[in-house]
Amino acid sequence: MSFMPVILWTDALIFALLAGVLALIWFIRRHDHLRAPWVVVAQRPMAMGAALVLGAFAVTGLLDSLHYRERLPDSQAGKPQYSVEVMSVFDALVSGLRTRQEKTYSGPLAIQLYAMEFVERNGVAVRDYPRLQYGGAHLQHAEERRADIARRTLAGAAQGALASLLLFAGLVAWQARRLKLPVGTWLARWRQGSLNWPARTLVGMMALMLMLGGAMAQLASGYHVLGTDKVGQDVLYISLKSIRTGLVIGTLTTLVTLPLAIGLGIVAGYFRGWVDDVIQYIYTVLNSIPGVLLIAAAVLIVQVYIESNPERFDTAAARADIRLLALCLIMGMTSWTGLARLLRGESLKLRTLDYVEAARAFGVSNARIISRHIFPNVFHLVLIAVVMDFSGLVLAEAVLSYVGVGVDPSMYSWGNMINGARLELAREPAVWWQLGAAFAFMFALVLAANLFADGVRDAFDPRLGGRR
Amino acid sequence: MKPLLRVEGLVTEIGHDAAALRVVDGVSFHVAAGETYALLGESGCGKSMTALSLMRLLPDGGRIAAGTVHLDGQDVLALPERDMRRVRGGGMAMIFQEPMLALNPVVKVGHQIVEALVLHQGLSGRVASEAACGLLDSVGVPDALRRLDSYPFELSGGLRQRAMIAMALAGQPRLLIADEPTTALDVTIQAQVLDVLRHLRTERRMGMLLITHDLGVVAENADRVGVMYAGELLEEGARDAFFAAPQHPYSRMLFAALPHGLLPSRAQEPVADGSPLGRPGDGARLTTIPGQVPKPGDRIRGCRFAPRCPFAIARCRDQSPDWQVINDQRVRCHLAGMLPPLNARGVTTPAHSIQAAQALLQVDGLKVHFPIRRGFIQRSVGYVRAVDDVTLSIQQGRTLALVGESGCGKTTVGKALLRLIEPTAGSIVLGGESITARNASTLRRQAQMVFQDPFSSLNPRMRVADILLEGMDALGVGAANQRRDAVALLLRQVGLPDDAGGRYPHAFSGGQRQRIAIARALAVSPRLVICDEPTSALDVSVQAQILNLLKDLQDSLGLAYLFITHNLAVVDYLAHEVAVMYLGRIVEQGPATAVLRAPRHPYTQALVNAVPRIEPPAGQRIVRLAGDQPSPLNPPNGCHFHPRCPHANETCRQIYPDQTVVGSGHWARCHWVAAQGQALPVRSPN
Amino acid sequence: MFAYILRRLLYAIPILIGVNLLTFALFFVVNTPDDMARLQLGVKHVTPEAIERWKTEHGYDKPLLLNVEATGSAQFTDTIFFQHSAAMFVFEFGKSDDGRDIGNEIRTRMGPSLAIALPVFAIGLLANITFALLMVFFRATYLDLWGVVLCVVLMSISSLFYIIAGQYFIAKLWNLLPISGFAGGIDGLRFVLLPVLVSVMAGIGSGARWYRTIFLEEIGKDYVRTARAKGLSEIRVLFRHVLKNGMIPILTGAVVVLPLLFMGSLITESFFGIPGLGSYTIDAIQAQDFAVVRAMVFLGSFLYIVGLILTDISYSWADPRVRLQ
Repeated sequence: MSFMPVILWTDALIFALLAGVLALIWFIRRHDHLRAPWVVVAQRPMAMGAALVLGAFAVTGLLDSLHYRERLPDSQAGKPQYSVEVMSVFDALVSGLRTRQEKTYSGPLAIQLYAMEFVERNGVAVRDYPRLQYGGAHLQHAEERRADIARRTLAGAAQGALASLLLFAGLVAWQARRLKLPVGTWLARWRQGSLNWPARTLVGMMALMLMLGGAMAQLASGYHVLGTDKVGQDVLYISLKSIRTGLVIGTLTTLVTLPLAIGLGIVAGYFRGWVDDVIQYIYTVLNSIPGVLLIAAAVLIVQVYIESNPERFDTAAARADIRLLALCLIMGMTSWTGLARLLRGESLKLRTLDYVEAARAFGVSNARIISRHIFPNVFHLVLIAVVMDFSGLVLAEAVLSYVGVGVDPSMYSWGNMINGARLELAREPAVWWQLGAAFAFMFALVLAANLFADGVRDAFDPRLGGRR
Repeated sequence: MKPLLRVEGLVTEIGHDAAALRVVDGVSFHVAAGETYALLGESGCGKSMTALSLMRLLPDGGRIAAGTVHLDGQDVLALPERDMRRVRGGGMAMIFQEPMLALNPVVKVGHQIVEALVLHQGLSGRVASEAACGLLDSVGVPDALRRLDSYPFELSGGLRQRAMIAMALAGQPRLLIADEPTTALDVTIQAQVLDVLRHLRTERRMGMLLITHDLGVVAENADRVGVMYAGELLEEGARDAFFAAPQHPYSRMLFAALPHGLLPSRAQEPVADGSPLGRPGDGARLTTIPGQVPKPGDRIRGCRFAPRCPFAIARCRDQSPDWQVINDQRVRCHLAGMLPPLNARGVTTPAHSIQAAQALLQVDGLKVHFPIRRGFIQRSVGYVRAVDDVTLSIQQGRTLALVGESGCGKTTVGKALLRLIEPTAGSIVLGGESITARNASTLRRQAQMVFQDPFSSLNPRMRVADILLEGMDALGVGAANQRRDAVALLLRQVGLPDDAGGRYPHAFSGGQRQRIAIARALAVSPRLVICDEPTSALDVSVQAQILNLLKDLQDSLGLAYLFITHNLAVVDYLAHEVAVMYLGRIVEQGPATAVLRAPRHPYTQALVNAVPRIEPPAGQRIVRLAGDQPSPLNPPNGCHFHPRCPHANETCRQIYPDQTVVGSGHWARCHWVAAQGQALPVRSPN
Repeated sequence: MFAYILRRLLYAIPILIGVNLLTFALFFVVNTPDDMARLQLGVKHVTPEAIERWKTEHGYDKPLLLNVEATGSAQFTDTIFFQHSAAMFVFEFGKSDDGRDIGNEIRTRMGPSLAIALPVFAIGLLANITFALLMVFFRATYLDLWGVVLCVVLMSISSLFYIIAGQYFIAKLWNLLPISGFAGGIDGLRFVLLPVLVSVMAGIGSGARWYRTIFLEEIGKDYVRTARAKGLSEIRVLFRHVLKNGMIPILTGAVVVLPLLFMGSLITESFFGIPGLGSYTIDAIQAQDFAVVRAMVFLGSFLYIVGLILTDISYSWADPRVRLQ
């Protein structure tokens, strides 16, 4: 084998989560009353457009979670040796971005370095902006740059448009056949938006994303689209790699919160009495400690542990990964209280409802009442909380990294990008692209998540029924 | 006479474009000054929407699609919003069903009234508060000056509704729209509030649009009646003509569906055995209207009522009928005037109930006290005696009705019997076996409960079959592999389609859900079913179906019922025995006929009296109770009822009365009854 | 009412004890003083002697809970727990790892923190309510729809972006206000303006959207229909009735953070160079000064609990249903 698969802790959890989500989808599809609110979500253009964007992020993140170590070319056949660098499938797909490293900063689509250097020109050393090693290296003259960029943008967009046309044709053929409609009729309905799903928005969104992706791909093969950072790494690459970190924090943290919040919240509300008192005490104590400080304290402890036990981690990636996992755990431990409180209140209400009384009149056990009567009726709240929390956690990562208690400094994350570049705005001219890229990527993910969460909340929260 | 309010072809829609639901469809009527016009109909028929359309206060998404509304000749619908605001409250005012929700909880009552006075009469400051005080006084709020400074939650239900009325009067409206003004109130309080409304109308010569589902309320208060069904007006006429001979099949069936025992009307002839009273508990089946009340906006071709009408002919399903005039009445029916005359209610020979010598359920000295915790370390400083020394017995195959107003503790009795609430004291013997916390499962196989609200009593996330299986699984009834068959049998027994088991509760209407709830209780083959207001959330036409079902099940399965209710008409129809509760204690108990026809306790008398009747009982003095039921937190000394009792004397204020036997198996706890001397006082068993 | 407040106060004590024990466990048991010393001294210079010296200097050389060598009450008092954790109950925070008195720092830094946090709180509350009321007034129109979309967009932007963009554009490019710094008195106003503006902007998206749902929930209630049936205009209905009810959850939600304003905002203070408690905390975290972090955890919890008690009191004050029952 020319590589050795590496399964980091977060990889395993992410794929376990994915399996869980798929199982849940399968379960929901089979139950009409569970499916109904999702059908409502599926009819909202805003939510579905957002879901598409989230899907693109998720695919990137998943590809970036398939890790391996390459076999060193000079290792012996019987005793293979592997590189200490952990790579992912995503890295392999965009290897060009990863390897084409410049000396230091360069602007987006630039062909020259940001900083002046002494360069030999006609045998004389002059201070000038040197040409980049890779960015625009195919150009003979600097003047060709604009035309080349325009050409590549258009070509990429055209490729994207073509791909989306093909996709659309496939969709039309499939849908028309499935609904047994003439293609023309289906198209007419699609144009009017009278299909019962937001097909216009989805097709438009897909085309937009493909065209953007095409243009990016075209440009990226010849330039650093978003410039390079201090050590000359491609900012686009860093931003893309950061997606996985954001997703891991947004999802795994909730995974930690859920058992605590659901278990303790429902138990407190259902049993009341001293159980309730104890649980309320625990969450008031946890809640009263300022979140950032608790996280900071716990992260410092983890850091001490990692530093005093270096032998346990064979690669830098594994070390960073454990720290990421620890961060998720810690944030989960500190943030379950809100949902627990909500579920406690809801369980208090539910336990007095007649159907619970009826079950008690049959002598149904408490465990069974909780699993059959209480939990299914608070599940929508859990779901709303999960989707609503996601965006908050992604944003929190940036702040924590700034404070210095976020992910490992060696890990790609938007927080680290911001933290590393925030002082560079003071330069003349300002180095804005690294910050800009981080904020833009974060914004896209968080906005999509928020819009999707809005759609989910509107469909699931009975109190908001019919209201926008 | 020129009408005060004239509504022509009113059409109201909710929603937009294609999805719009037509909740009011071409309604026309008029109300004269000094007249009460009642809009009668079941839930969802569009009567409230009609009222809100008049006020132009439709909920978001609602709009008036067609029609005109004239108040004193002024076209209300054409007014700009600015002028409309002067009409609201000034020209016509409205009072709503639930006074707790309809008053702003954080604004003082006085301020809420003054607000209207400022707006419509231009009063301010002292003058305004004095006027507000006068208004409260005029609607019979005692101690009006102090009440101005109260918040709504500090008032009782009846006082709240009076405050609401006072607020409506502040603008000196010419038309008062009362939307189910007494539905949320207890029957004795309802009588008080209706008195106030009647009095005000004559005094101020207001027109009144009374919206209600209660035929009794209509009979006592209205001058003219309009019957609404599925967004349309079906019949209209003067009160007397309407009650003498309702013309539309729907109106007729509404009458027939009511348990009438207490409400003698011409529709009901004396039954065969010559007793004009009928035999409570063994009464005939009620005539029911098949099917369900249509949901708002259901599109029905032809006559809206045709799908449920036993007289419907092909034309009915095809063509919407026009108005036909018969004497003083108008009716929209193709068969107007051609229907057979109202026959006496079909009397079936009542199945003789099994008279078991031994009581199935014997409850002695049941007490449920809730501690009141107060102060610094939350020690209990006293008890709410929700149930205080209740003794009951029910025989197999018989129905005992536990009657009382809200807060009297009747539901607590039911829950304590099933040990859903742990009783503080007392013994429960079921089928000869004493029930303790240890053998609770015996109890659970023999006694089950049907709850009031069909919407909260079924778990929305469980299939009907699973709901029915739950009890069998938990108590291990029958072999596991036969339980599925048992479910099918149960569904058939309560008259649900066979495929109901695979569906979720939301697919069913209120009446059907109540059937599911009954089936759930029957699943473990209990001998006693505790029915906690099982029909109070249902429409009249559906209520009749459920009452019939309960009666059939009793006859075929020999069930005993403890029927907890506030509705005396239902009691009369179903119960063999009646126990009347007041503030946690039973004040009168006996055979249903005796208690309802010849009540002895002043409270029972007032309760029976307060039920609005279709024909006021002749020659009987009407006893109206003053005041409200006191809080069980702090019940009055002596007889709990004395502050409201017209016969109370010094003894009543000090000593709680013992049982006085007044007939066979009929007793009351009242010094006044005892003093009348016909009966021997006996010591109560405890 | 008095008994109620007293009970709430007493209830606060076990919570503070819980917080104290939790921090003690985190800082001294899971993570021993030896680890701290190692972290402080840096990996290279670690010798057992250096660690011991560092521990003695900072008073961490005592046993954790029980000093068996001491006699009498000193068995309990001459311990890390008593001197470093229990002492906080009397607000005795001790010295930071770089030797300064923490209590003193806290007292001098509260002022600057409040100078930023208080205006942010007040102006933010006002702005959020105004924005929310506007959306509610135009509910079910495009104005409302786009208002909500704007809210979602605003809340999707990282708070760091508001700060960095504010500093870059307003201070650096347009030179309207100083980038950072702090001064007392009226002169300090120009330093305060930018951080306040930026913080209010960062909070308006989620705040206004939340308040909008509260108001919308109120506006669907029956009493609003009653008020309209009286003939009140929509504006009066909104201000006299809806606002009064909606303010109850809003105010009580706001009161809980009121005491925490003393703690300032970590990020804002650190970016704008405000010498408040927020930047103090951040510096401590970055310098891994456990003594300061511990003190701030305790102070934060204490203020939060004060906030909870104030919430209860304000709730019963704002809502007559609670006040009078």
